[in-house]
Amino acid sequence: MNPPAPLTMQDALNRRVFLRNTTSFLGLSALAGLVQGTQGKTTSSGRPGFPTHAAKAKRIIYLYQSGAPSQMDLFDPKPAIADRRGEDLPDSIRKGQRLTTMTSGQKKFPVAPTIFKFAKHGQSGMEFSELLPHLSKQADKLAMIRTVHTEAINHDPAITFSQTGHQLAGRPSIGSWLSYGLGSENRDLPAYVVLTSFGSGRPNDQPLYDRLWSSGFLPTRHQGVKFRNTGDAVLYLSNPPGVDTATRRRTLNRLNSLNRERLSQVGDPEIATRIAQYELAFRMQSSVPELLDISKEPKHVLDSYGPDVHRPGSYAANCLLARRMAERDVRFVQLFHMGWDHHGGLPKALAGQCKDTDQPTAALLNDLEQRGLLKDTLIVWGGEFGRTVYSQGNLSETNYGRDHHPRCFTVLLAGAGIRGGVTYGETDDYCYNVVRDPVAVHDLNATILDQLGIDHEKLTHRFQGRDYRLTDVHGQPVKGILA
Amino acid sequence: MRTCVALGGWLALLLNSTAAEVPDFNRDVRPILATHCFTCHGPDANTRKAKLRLDEREASLEILAPGKLDDSELVHRIHATDPDEIMPPPSLKKPLSAAQKDVLKRWVAAGAPYAGHWAFSKPQRAELPKVKQANWARTPVDRFVLARLEREGLQPAARANRERLICRLSLDLTGLPPTPAEVKAFLNDTEPNAYEKVVDRLLASPRYGEHMAVAWLDYSRYADSNGYQTDGSRQQWPWRDWLIGALNENKPFDQFTIEQLAGDLLPDATLNQKIATGFNRNHRINGEGGIIAEEWRVETVIDRVETTGATWLGLTIGCARCHDHKYDPFSQREFYQFYSFFNNVPETGRLAGQSSNTKPLVSVETATYKAQVAELETFVKQSEIAAKQAAAELPQLVKAWAPKFREELRGQKVIWHGVGKATVTSKGGAKFERLDDGSWLPSGPNAVHDTYEIRIPHAAGPFTGVLLECLPDARTPNKSLGRFSNGNFVLTRVEAEISGAKGKPQPVKIARIEADYSQKGWDIKNVNSGIGGKGWAVDGPTRRQPIKALFLAEQPVTLAEDSTVVLRLVCATLNQHNLGRFRLSLTGATPAAVSLKGNSIPAEVRAALDAAQLDAKQLAVLEKYYRAHVANPVKAADDRVTAARKKLTDLSKKLPTVMVMEEMAEPRKAFILNRGHYDQPGAEVKAGLPAFLPPLPEGEAMNRLGLARWIASGDNPLTARVWVNRAWERFFGVGLVKTTENFGVQAAFPSHPELLDWLAREFVEPTQGMRVAGQPARPWDMKAFHKLLVMSAAYQQNTKPNTDTFAVDPDNRLLSRGPRFRLDGEQLRDRALYASGLLVEQIGGPSVRPYMPVGVWNETTRYGDLRNYKHATDEGLYRRTMYTIWKRTAAPPSMLLFDAPNREVCTIQRSRTNTPLQALSLLNEVTFVEAARRLGGRMLRDGGDSMESQLTHGFLWAVSRKPSARELAVLHEGLKEDLAYFTANPGAAKELVAVGESAAPEDRLAERAAFTLAANVMLNLDEFVTRE
Repeated sequence: MNPPAPLTMQDALNRRVFLRNTTSFLGLSALAGLVQGTQGKTTSSGRPGFPTHAAKAKRIIYLYQSGAPSQMDLFDPKPAIADRRGEDLPDSIRKGQRLTTMTSGQKKFPVAPTIFKFAKHGQSGMEFSELLPHLSKQADKLAMIRTVHTEAINHDPAITFSQTGHQLAGRPSIGSWLSYGLGSENRDLPAYVVLTSFGSGRPNDQPLYDRLWSSGFLPTRHQGVKFRNTGDAVLYLSNPPGVDTATRRRTLNRLNSLNRERLSQVGDPEIATRIAQYELAFRMQSSVPELLDISKEPKHVLDSYGPDVHRPGSYAANCLLARRMAERDVRFVQLFHMGWDHHGGLPKALAGQCKDTDQPTAALLNDLEQRGLLKDTLIVWGGEFGRTVYSQGNLSETNYGRDHHPRCFTVLLAGAGIRGGVTYGETDDYCYNVVRDPVAVHDLNATILDQLGIDHEKLTHRFQGRDYRLTDVHGQPVKGILA
Repeated sequence: MRTCVALGGWLALLLNSTAAEVPDFNRDVRPILATHCFTCHGPDANTRKAKLRLDEREASLEILAPGKLDDSELVHRIHATDPDEIMPPPSLKKPLSAAQKDVLKRWVAAGAPYAGHWAFSKPQRAELPKVKQANWARTPVDRFVLARLEREGLQPAARANRERLICRLSLDLTGLPPTPAEVKAFLNDTEPNAYEKVVDRLLASPRYGEHMAVAWLDYSRYADSNGYQTDGSRQQWPWRDWLIGALNENKPFDQFTIEQLAGDLLPDATLNQKIATGFNRNHRINGEGGIIAEEWRVETVIDRVETTGATWLGLTIGCARCHDHKYDPFSQREFYQFYSFFNNVPETGRLAGQSSNTKPLVSVETATYKAQVAELETFVKQSEIAAKQAAAELPQLVKAWAPKFREELRGQKVIWHGVGKATVTSKGGAKFERLDDGSWLPSGPNAVHDTYEIRIPHAAGPFTGVLLECLPDARTPNKSLGRFSNGNFVLTRVEAEISGAKGKPQPVKIARIEADYSQKGWDIKNVNSGIGGKGWAVDGPTRRQPIKALFLAEQPVTLAEDSTVVLRLVCATLNQHNLGRFRLSLTGATPAAVSLKGNSIPAEVRAALDAAQLDAKQLAVLEKYYRAHVANPVKAADDRVTAARKKLTDLSKKLPTVMVMEEMAEPRKAFILNRGHYDQPGAEVKAGLPAFLPPLPEGEAMNRLGLARWIASGDNPLTARVWVNRAWERFFGVGLVKTTENFGVQAAFPSHPELLDWLAREFVEPTQGMRVAGQPARPWDMKAFHKLLVMSAAYQQNTKPNTDTFAVDPDNRLLSRGPRFRLDGEQLRDRALYASGLLVEQIGGPSVRPYMPVGVWNETTRYGDLRNYKHATDEGLYRRTMYTIWKRTAAPPSMLLFDAPNREVCTIQRSRTNTPLQALSLLNEVTFVEAARRLGGRMLRDGGDSMESQLTHGFLWAVSRKPSARELAVLHEGLKEDLAYFTANPGAAKELVAVGESAAPEDRLAERAAFTLAANVMLNLDEFVTRE
């Protein structure tokens, strides 16, 4: 491979303007490396003044469980109602609060106690259901918040709210905010990567939307790069048929040479940026396949993630990729695992989802820890809302369904700055309302930003005359789960 | 929109006051007060602290103490160090910089003069400024630009050369580059008006309307899908066709505005005027299960308010949804008054069907269509008359047939007996109507999971099983077989039991289940299998055919007298996937003799045949059966009628509809919604306009039409300014007001305020006589205005400045050089297709399916009809990019890479980034590789005999100029290198020249491959990507 000849236009350029245009792509500081001829990691700056305080986490892996996992079947046991199967949910609990129209017409709201057994785990005695045999062994690494609550009751607005701080489309996602605020730590890979997988519990549910990783009104270079499960992982990464790497290098050399000629004619620094971006594209053609190639992973590591790790596009495979990205300092890796929306046939479907995710999630925590990465990687596990204690549709001793429930659900955090073994917040006996220590979605997002060294009130962007931020005008970091 | 992280400090100074000047309130002071003070001391009364508002001078006099610095509480507080005293308070986290404090101090010292926000007062035409180099100016625009340059001590750049000018004009006005022949013609045109002739030709091209329409697609959040969770398809392209047509015919902007906002309310509104109102129906519509429709209707109305406000007025009206606006003098009450204009559309807020248009609609009838309909209608009428005549013979025919049929039946063993009397109930509260053919049609509540119970009185004798026929019905969603919103059902269980006169009901074990059709993955075997999440479905929504299924016991059960067969049809797999219309028949035959095909004579027919004496009712039953099921002349005539009617309905199904605005006879009541929540109405409000803007023009009604005319009025201070600023942005890269989406108090101050106002007046009342299509400019003349801008000397400058101003003025706000910026994704693809000769030019029509990445729609969804994307294999691959099918939740990936919005909400301004993902797309995406190989072929075919001339020909197509000697040398060396490579590697050459659907060549493969790579380089040049 011929590295391009050193650029010759620096003198003609105002360096500040030059960099203004080149801290482009997803916060990559491509040109800094190119111009100086340095290799390896360089940090591209984000906004001036960021981070606002010392960061505990350098990066985040967000394991999004899309569709809303049932909190009382997994994390929040309610022995007090174990023998109330089929009894109508008391009005004193429901308080006439809003339901979806899928169940608001039900004549009865029969209580459906979980049929799964719970046990205490780890030194902290954190409670998990039997559906999570692997994750429960990680109890002492995890902080469990049982009292997260949200504003929305339908999937589309709720998942949009948790990712962007607003129920309607148009705002930047949390990863875009981070890319905008902090820039990138890796010059060959995007700062913000999205991985998706379908679940086996409910294989057709729920759709995801581009907007969940969109940059909204922030410059589009901050949008998440979705690694695809079919075709090229990064769009158009492969050369066309008949064009090998050496041939591509030759064409790029010519292109660079012609573009440099143009630069000398016109003087627009944007041309220099373009030259640099073509070089970065070329480097990505090797850095991305290298990232995705798991053939050199030791067998015991692969085995720890479970058999699905060999199936590209599975949650297990994505967890392993997340670790590989963490090693390469990708700032924000966002997994979405679909299939948690269990309106009916919950026990079987939930078991399927747990089978998909339990072992790989636990393996990821261990793997990161063993590589010394867990201490500066923040892990978040959770969905867009919770599920109702009453059964949607028929209730039997072995089967029930649960509708959407925005008033309380459980989110797990681990890693950088998180105090392991903490169970935070308390819900009532029916797992319906928060009794103690409520945590709004804005609080959760404020916490995430805080761990990455960002005062969530300071990361703002002026759009249409208003200073917007991820947490709107709300949010407080949840101090009770921090180390 | 480039970020302005490090906006050159020098320019920042140019655009603001210097230390000696008295600060200008609008330019210098208000932005500071708005950002740092108005949150607590501004227009919003609810959050106002200490009863102090700083947005009005009278209310602030006491703390300002104008002219008396020592007495000024404001000056004291902003300079205080005590955290309890200092303003803004540290908790706000918006501290003032030293420079900002200085501005405020100097302002107070100068008497704290206030001025109304510049954009809220009517623009005035200023005198043209005096300039030194008056002969540089070609239009009045240039006088303003030059005056500013001269003030800053800068020189304008030289005029660009002709190749550059025709390329710039062609791309800017039509979105496509010139052909080499057009370039040549312009170079050779020695007449003084050669440039203007090119401008006029381009303005008259139908490509103009297509190109200008793209921004409006972003504004109006146009897409081919409904958005939200399922994001199924819709057909809204007739509105897009209207848009292109209106721009091409140069509809004056006031009319263009009025028709889009309220065309339906115009007197004797034409079909086109109604279609125009599709603008405000292009919003998303929610169809997620479990939603409350009214909540989403409110969101729809608010979306219209925000979109209309941003598009025409440059205002963020939506900010006042929950509270009084923080910056602009727009109260929450005024927001809901504005809301009220858009609140009276007959709509529910819920999507009609996952892949359909939602009312109100109009059908888009073409002349050909109307002729076809008329012809078919005549044919239907004739067939009906013929059938009626044939039916006169019916009683005779039936009387002759009935005895024969009775004999026939006697010889046959009847397998299935239609169920006569029976009671049907639903657990979920559905009601059932018995239809003439013995089937039941459920209606009313559609429970999450429903069970239909059918109790059938049965005489003594054997009972073996039941035949279930599921039938399509027009009253079922999607005219299908099931009750779910898409028309599907999923049957989970079938239970049968025998209830005798006494004793417990005895269950019948069902041993054999068959159906004549099952949907893939939803086999009949799932019924009664007990497998969770499974059941039987029949592709109801797409197939809409009658289906039969049988459920048999192992052996016949013998029933006593007065028994009742109780059947339960349970649909409990998917929510609301309950059965639609169905019919039942029973059998007592031995299972071996029973099949799905067994005859099934309805019980009533059998009774009539067996009757000794036919009464009138029985005769009617027989006639009906005979007419429907037995081959005879009446049936033949009937069948002809049915076929004719079907043709007519098929035709009308093909007829596109478009969603439009419509006004309810009685407007809905509108209320101030507490904190913007749909279920928390406060005081009732009537439609009304914000007080800070001019009143309704005299004689107009306070309705949507009045609003439209108010917006499109020359007295409105915003409309013309907002539009001319966007036109400026289009041709110069950045608006005179940088925040093209916002003209409120927080707007960026214009770089050339007098020019902006002059242009706004010129748009409304033209004085320059720019001629378009031979006519002098009319009021609100978009083409004439575009011509005014491109005729200016400022526009025609070279992109290389006289002295390097890239560093000090990166966004070229001062116009010291010609504008240079990256093309949009649509233009890049169009340009590549055009240069290669692949572009298929055809205006309008439904969206098309070009190449997209594998699985583009399937990666994130298994919902809705927009899945399993397959690209076209015909000209749909090569149409202009604006016709590419647009699914909002998975928008065309290459367009997103080049900064297109996803069209979920109104977008006024796109980013303009420069990323490696864009490089990968232009290098490797099949569209661009196929274009490269076709451009390579073009070089070989039309480029003469030498490699140099061939490369020169390709370069002309790609970037509209000849290459320099050095450029040609680079390309030539490369070509020879590649030719050697591909000659040595024929397999690689063969692969490369076969990329794409267009026919692969069979000869000169190595040469073609080498030229493909040469073209690939040309289509990646910065100059190709950039409009300069």
